[in-house]
Amino acid sequence: MSLYALQKLLYELNRDPRVQQEFVADREAVLSRFRLGDEEADAIRDDDIGLLYILGVNGQILMHFAAWRGLSWDAYIQAMKDGLAKHGQVRGGIYAAVDGGEGGAV
Amino acid sequence: MSLVFAGIMSHGPGMRARAERADPVIRDPFFATLDRLRDRLEDARPDAIMVVAAEHFANFFMNNMPAYCIGMAEDYEGPIEDPEWLRIPRRTVPGNADLSRRIVGKVMERVDVAYAEEWKFDHGIMVPLSFLTPGFDLPVIPANINCQGPPLTPLTRAYEFGRAVRAACDAVPERIALIGTGGISHWPATPNSGKINVDWDREFLRRWTRNDRAALTSYTDEETLRDAGQGGFEIRTLVAVAGACENSTGDLWFCEPIPIFATSGFAAVMNLDEETAAKAA
Repeated sequence: MSLYALQKLLYELNRDPRVQQEFVADREAVLSRFRLGDEEADAIRDDDIGLLYILGVNGQILMHFAAWRGLSWDAYIQAMKDGLAKHGQVRGGIYAAVDGGEGGAV
Repeated sequence: MSLVFAGIMSHGPGMRARAERADPVIRDPFFATLDRLRDRLEDARPDAIMVVAAEHFANFFMNNMPAYCIGMAEDYEGPIEDPEWLRIPRRTVPGNADLSRRIVGKVMERVDVAYAEEWKFDHGIMVPLSFLTPGFDLPVIPANINCQGPPLTPLTRAYEFGRAVRAACDAVPERIALIGTGGISHWPATPNSGKINVDWDREFLRRWTRNDRAALTSYTDEETLRDAGQGGFEIRTLVAVAGACENSTGDLWFCEPIPIFATSGFAAVMNLDEETAAKAA
């Protein structure tokens, strides 16, 4: 797991318009600066909000990335529910500690 | 001078971003209560407002996470979020670097606080300011308590931080307003968003209005996580305000669950004049 690096990428993306421009122009260039696992990198490549949630990204980081990628609030919540249905419980981060690893599933 | 106002309120982004989706039967009296809070603040004629917030990875990350930080800039920019999403236009908010520096210096006598000369406000500060100082014209002294990335400062330390902030306010000539802002129980930005433990919220606020230090600081993080969600960690901001008013008790003005805002909408104040009356007597 390299959840720290995954969240760091999203943190920098969320707060810096220059990183956002670079991400739009050349996503691989942004990805290359962070030591991510293959599944983490693919989740970023695919805007896979559900998988990012399962990998343990904090919602306070994830919701802004999702909004920037064009997801409405309801679509964001649904993407996480879909992620839980598809992949099972959250694997890392704060939500793995909540509800015994069930990721805060409803 | 000293502290001339002390209160607490919720700050969920939905209060602006999704306001029209809240039940008006609850939302309208909640917003009217916040108008009343603004009136109380204005009546106190503050020179600056100190906002004790629990920011959400806008400025501080796990590469170098301060338990406590106070802003020390001439001005601040916000919101850091997409303004269209939050529905608060991006703007520059005035600070007061000189006042911040004096406050930081006094707080440091008791708490090893970090300081920041750059700070982008997120919804945790912009939403409360949009209700309390809608012209964004009152100088802001931002303070942050890490409530997001464990390990987190103990609640007993948050109360002590509040006491140190009070000592600092007492040491400067300016009139300072203090607002603590955080959710009570909530599971924000997760599939559980909208879940609210209103009994837990009301019990916490009972402890807050009594300013019962022992009861306020007795929650373990495990208990908070179980009963109030990871968002419940933000009670540190509210505990700090109680610490700043340790000789006062407060009044709860509003607390009702508003699921689309992800928390109970709440507002409460400490009665600082009680303390003045006690000193005079």
